Amino acid sequence: MSEYRRREQSITLSPLAEQVEGQEESLTQELLTLNFGPHHPATHGVLRLLVTLRGEIVQDIKPIIGYVHTGIEKTAEDKSYWKAIPVVERMDYLAYHFNSMAYVGAVETLLDVQVPKRAQYLRVIHLELNRIMSHLVWLGTSALDLGAISMFWYCFREREKILDLFEMSTGQRMHTRYMQVGGVAEDIPPGFAQKLRSLLDEMPGRIDQYGDLLNSNEIVLQRLRGTCPLDAQTLLSLGVTGPLLRAAGNPWDLRKAAPYCSYEDFDFKIPVGTVGDNYDRYAVRLAEMYESTKIISQALEGLPEGPHITEDRKVALPPRHELATSMEALIHHFKLVTEGFRVPPGEVYYPLEGPRGEYGCFVRSDGSSKPARVHMRDPSFVNLQAFSHMARGAYIADMIATLAMLDPVLGGIDR
Amino acid sequence: MPDATGLELIANEVREKEGAQAVVETVFFREHATLEVAPEKVGPVLELLRERGYSFMASLHGCDYYPQEPRLGVLYELLDMSAVDRITVKARVSTEDPHIPSVTERWPTADHQERETYDMFGVVFDGHPDLRRILMPEDYEGHPQRRDFPVGGEPVIFTFNEGPPTRGPR
Repeated sequence: MSEYRRREQSITLSPLAEQVEGQEESLTQELLTLNFGPHHPATHGVLRLLVTLRGEIVQDIKPIIGYVHTGIEKTAEDKSYWKAIPVVERMDYLAYHFNSMAYVGAVETLLDVQVPKRAQYLRVIHLELNRIMSHLVWLGTSALDLGAISMFWYCFREREKILDLFEMSTGQRMHTRYMQVGGVAEDIPPGFAQKLRSLLDEMPGRIDQYGDLLNSNEIVLQRLRGTCPLDAQTLLSLGVTGPLLRAAGNPWDLRKAAPYCSYEDFDFKIPVGTVGDNYDRYAVRLAEMYESTKIISQALEGLPEGPHITEDRKVALPPRHELATSMEALIHHFKLVTEGFRVPPGEVYYPLEGPRGEYGCFVRSDGSSKPARVHMRDPSFVNLQAFSHMARGAYIADMIATLAMLDPVLGGIDR
Repeated sequence: MPDATGLELIANEVREKEGAQAVVETVFFREHATLEVAPEKVGPVLELLRERGYSFMASLHGCDYYPQEPRLGVLYELLDMSAVDRITVKARVSTEDPHIPSVTERWPTADHQERETYDMFGVVFDGHPDLRRILMPEDYEGHPQRRDFPVGGEPVIFTFNEGPPTRGPR
């Protein structure tokens, strides 16, 4: 047996499980340690869980992560600031606009650069579309875990339309590189607004349909209602943010509390739950999709005229047509593409509200054209700590439902 | 945000309670306050800030300040949810003696994040209940986020790689 395998087997259980093991056990009962994952469809990625079971009751869960660790934070240190955006986007692969927004937000704060209003609105449109898209993937796959297979197709039908919109405005369906330091890569093309409007008209009815399918479904209700609740105080001490915290009744949302990117211009509500069980987690996310739809319509209707990226040529590329006529534009273009822009030394932590909670990007600059440190505070990574607290004492089937409602994205956890 | 004056007031309070050496530096940059403290004082300083309302730890992460000394930094991003106010507490340790007290007992959210910082930078959190690598394999050598750790040349861990190497090193 290799050293690696030996160490893998020597992993100790957490203090609580040892405590349980130490108790008097009757002859008919014994603890079972079950390895769950990493390649299991219900883990939503490559999450491995060491589950200690007493019969069907979960006594302890030990998550083991790192299977898709790709060293993105290290890679970003080797790239100039604007070339790090595509790698940062690949962390949480369902929330790419949020990753890149947190990163460019941090770099903009370091540079102290102003983002034009139109760019901020375009960002909001894409962020909220991304939020709906991420929630659709969550809803489809979660319903799949609960045995409702048709939901998956309905959710992915709408998700395709959102990805089509991303393809139209950015050229890519995923990992779009749309957010740029100082604004967005391109203005929306002709026809985009019309296509988006038709999606916005359709979306509330579609969310109604999801609700109709699930809200009065006996199996879904039995699986979700009252299972694995966790109170807001415990969630806060574990650092949990986002829909999980709001489901427990705490209306913390950075879009309202500390508006960034012109969120203060829009009228929307924060859905909150009451007891923080799996049903509340489901209901809060479903309600968030309506609110995101409202934000997008307001941003689209109120989209101001103006540039889509800052006019600061030291930071943003000059428009293509200027290159043929302006020597200065050519110099700026050359400098940006070869070396990139230099950023004043300092450290910034830029938080924003993503579909899973607080995405916070820490960027340290040493004055050169490459970041000295990029760190993403990924909500999936932090929220995963709450999982064993939620599912302890529940049935193993409820553990699966809780994992689905936790909505972890392993790309974000492992980075 | 605590403004520059507010940060100095907090720093003075820390100095009064924990001694003049407790505060290493105060930085106010881009409307954000950072309080650098001596590594052994991290626990009491975080408690003091918790009493002032900063009761939510948003993030804990590491940073390598190579070539500056002491090289390694641990940053605690605190948040006051009622006043919507953030402050960063920072502590620096050297690579020769990378020890810092763990705060997991009072801040359960620090558990995985301290493990990640240990994994990536080699900062040892004294008192952490289960300080193991979290993202890298258990038998990995070195701490990859350090600035002097080279990129590339990483053998892929598959079972066929466990025996004697059939090919030479890359």
